[in-house]
Amino acid sequence: MSYEIVFDVKRGDFDKAGEASRKIKHTLQQLGVTNKIVRKIAIAGYEGEMNLAIHSLGGKILLEVGESKLTLTIEDVGPGIPDIDLAMTQGWSTAGDEVRQMGFGAGMGLPNMVRNADEFDITSQVDVGTKIVMSFLL
Amino acid sequence: MKLSLIRDILNAEVLSGESHLEDEVYSGFGCDLMSDVLCYAREDAVLLTGLVNKQVLNTADMANMNSIIFVRSKVPSEEVIQMAKEMNILVMTTKYILFESCGLLYQNGLIGAHIR
Repeated sequence: MSYEIVFDVKRGDFDKAGEASRKIKHTLQQLGVTNKIVRKIAIAGYEGEMNLAIHSLGGKILLEVGESKLTLTIEDVGPGIPDIDLAMTQGWSTAGDEVRQMGFGAGMGLPNMVRNADEFDITSQVDVGTKIVMSFLL
Repeated sequence: MKLSLIRDILNAEVLSGESHLEDEVYSGFGCDLMSDVLCYAREDAVLLTGLVNKQVLNTADMANMNSIIFVRSKVPSEEVIQMAKEMNILVMTTKYILFESCGLLYQNGLIGAHIR
């Protein structure tokens, strides 16, 4: 059996940010996914959700539950990343003071996603958007 | 180390999740950078931080950590305390600064998360 769930994330909505990840975590727990894998997906998904709220113009998180793997797709509608290699560098961030005061924007988000996912792919086009696909093997 | 002992060592006030006071934690992580918590903290750790916003609770929840200590007498808003109760996370506040809080717990035998 497989199915999909989609969550919307709005730009700058730090009051709601985190809700999608909590729902994803809860869903996976109900499905009986092991604690270790749930934690990896929850952390990677939450970093992605915060990135949508912090950096994007808004976007979606898609959770696909398959037989042998779970896939999280995080896609936004801009503004796109001009230099992906730079954005992937640990410690590099364009986040402002408001975000840093919340404890984010330290340049660890994308590296944290790579660290937790079994497969990671990122594509981006300036003025179009960014798409991240992460897979987690069951 | 039992969370009730941590409460006593830090002379802390419990704001939510009292049912966890007899739970054990095996390491501590003191930090105001939530992505570093997500990257390095162990799930059996207690989180010590000076930040008191919702994202601290979300960070602890995603990392499967069930206890947070707010240092420097920081107290979150009633909304955040309510959220902690709903998430069943133990939250306490201490007058000690982060350095002293970590030092006291380490002195009493609690180890830090080892970054490898």
